[in-house]
Amino acid sequence: MNSTSFFSNLKCRECGRLYPKQAIHVCDFDFGPLEAAYDYEAIGKVLSRKVIESRPQTMWRYRELLPIDGEPTVGTEVGFTPLIKADRLAKFLGIRELWIKNDTVNYPTLSFKDRVVSVALSRARELGFEVVACASTGNLANSVAANAAAAGLKSYVLIPADLEQGKVLGSLVYGTQVIGIHGAYDQVNRLCSEIAGKYGWGFVNVNLRPYYAEGSKSMGYEICEQLGWRLPQHTVVPMASGSLLTKIHKAYKEFIQLGIVDESPFHIHGTQATGCAPISHAIKRGTDIVKPVSKPETIVKSLAIGTPADGYYAIHSMKQTGGSAEDVTDEEVVEGIRMLAEYAGIFAETAGGVTVAGAKKLIQSGHIGANDSAVLCITGHGLKTQEAIVGQCGAPRLIAPSLREFEEKVYAPDAAAAV
Amino acid sequence: MPSVRIPTPLRKLTGDLEVVQASGHTIAEVLHSLDQAFPGLKERICDDAGQVRRFVNVYINDEDIRFLEESATPVKEADEISIVPAIAGG
Repeated sequence: MNSTSFFSNLKCRECGRLYPKQAIHVCDFDFGPLEAAYDYEAIGKVLSRKVIESRPQTMWRYRELLPIDGEPTVGTEVGFTPLIKADRLAKFLGIRELWIKNDTVNYPTLSFKDRVVSVALSRARELGFEVVACASTGNLANSVAANAAAAGLKSYVLIPADLEQGKVLGSLVYGTQVIGIHGAYDQVNRLCSEIAGKYGWGFVNVNLRPYYAEGSKSMGYEICEQLGWRLPQHTVVPMASGSLLTKIHKAYKEFIQLGIVDESPFHIHGTQATGCAPISHAIKRGTDIVKPVSKPETIVKSLAIGTPADGYYAIHSMKQTGGSAEDVTDEEVVEGIRMLAEYAGIFAETAGGVTVAGAKKLIQSGHIGANDSAVLCITGHGLKTQEAIVGQCGAPRLIAPSLREFEEKVYAPDAAAAV
Repeated sequence: MPSVRIPTPLRKLTGDLEVVQASGHTIAEVLHSLDQAFPGLKERICDDAGQVRRFVNVYINDEDIRFLEESATPVKEADEISIVPAIAGG
């Protein structure tokens, strides 16, 4: 397969100026973000449902729509996570049909970030980088560390110093250089931008961001394919930078353009934690100007980005699709995590709690109709953010290893029958 | 005179000067005076309608002008203005 021809250029989202496919991410002229551009006519000639279905069940079955030149070399097993029909949760939330896109079991680091890192590091290798790095709220750091280790690349991950222990350990174990910064994510990000400019490392979400971000589209393609080659009526997506939401929107539009799915009305909704909800608050104020949050205060550290790089575009994706935004308190986040676990058997991290609790509010407010069908994007595993729910799910009942004590304190058939 | 801090990517236009002096009583006037002194600077910062571009932030004494009066924001003699491209990430 000569795939080089499908991914043509980088293109400024603001002014449309074209750039070569290098490690650059900002337009020289107006500072707009660069995005991968493709030759859709050529892709349309080779990509079909049948071709996709014939390929291994990974995100790389949509290879022509991902921005690398050769074959992928990092993260070749990533993606194609389960899409679960969650009937009990649907009934509990009061909606006719509900699906969970379950990226808590993405390979290898249990979050959707494996998708973006697979693309970014495959591209980093094509561009000749030997050192890769990222600014992260945790999940991205885990994924860069693991995938770089497997690929034999040296990696640095820069994170806020106060992240959850599971996310810190989940990077350290791979032998990466973990740098904790005394500051919020936005300060980590600013530092990484300076380092990338000075040392020429491959920062997956700075100078490699145009490649990295496209990896998120694979979640949208998979949702369509797993629904039986159709668009979901509603998609609910957690927002940090807003990038995932815009890329799911792009994935749906590309599948429509290529004739892989029929066009039908779809609505994309975004959710945030109230303690850091610059995008949701802008939507509620009816503006597309995002007011930065200088001091995020929420247990949802993975979404705590006060200056969301794609906030403006996320707002327009939601507006264009007739979607809406919602934000939820930390208490509602914990409730959301528990609802997903108790009614669907899925243990999600705090961002998953945001999505479920946000969806509950959107259903209650009628933004998602009770007779409609919705997909919730659950992006990371709960074992990584245990601190958020410790002490809030009860505790084990402790007994001696004796049947008598079991029957006295836990379960007695006679007493149970009498109840 | 208000001073204006120029970001690295625009210093080619200011002869590598990091801080320049400008005149004017509003942000719009300051940007106009900058363009007189350094031709081509304004079109990098503002769109055709004269609005500050989406991925450029203009701060006056550390406050984003989008949350003041945008390009009509008043400027005083001792004010410090910064032009800062947005940062990607996340």
